[in-house]
Amino acid sequence: MISVYYFGAISLILIGLYAILTKRNILKMLVGLSIMETGVNLLLISVGYVRGKSAPILSEGVSANQAVDPIPQALVLTAIVIGVATTALALSVAINLYERYKTLDVEKIRGLRG
Amino acid sequence: MIEWVSYFIVALMIISAIFAVEWKDLLAAVVGMAAVSLFASIAFFFLQAPDVAMTEAAIGAAMSAAVFIFAIKRTQRYESEEEGTGWWVRW
Repeated sequence: MISVYYFGAISLILIGLYAILTKRNILKMLVGLSIMETGVNLLLISVGYVRGKSAPILSEGVSANQAVDPIPQALVLTAIVIGVATTALALSVAINLYERYKTLDVEKIRGLRG
Repeated sequence: MIEWVSYFIVALMIISAIFAVEWKDLLAAVVGMAAVSLFASIAFFFLQAPDVAMTEAAIGAAMSAAVFIFAIKRTQRYESEEEGTGWWVRW
């Protein structure tokens, strides 16, 4: 049986890809990119999940062999930070494009018109 | 019981993503994106990753939405001009 988290993560990736491919507004495309990134993070976390085990924090009563896989969680912490940096850079580029072309439509931004 | 809660969270997350893509008001689309991050944070907590849940709630649901709102304030709020004003609009 397929896990519901796999279904949700792949659905988020497909919805974000649809937004990037079909929308014409740059900010809407960046919303799609952010949704896609959330889907990838959720897919990575749900790969490392083991049913019935607890969080990988060692304390009294929790030993190392009853925790979920901690490696995808470190990976996803790095990926979240990279994603927000990418989004902030793309938004600053979008603001500069709007100040130069007075539009956010990607079909109207053509060529390097000084 | 926890399986039903996770089904519910994933369904809300997908519906929020569809609304975030389809709304024409960009401010509402950013609110939908923050809702997707919030439900993803709850899903991370159910998947036994509390540190990722904290980071996603702080960065995805608060900081990313704030940066998008600043960008919308510098640009324009609605996705396109009004439809139906004439045939030259899509020219």
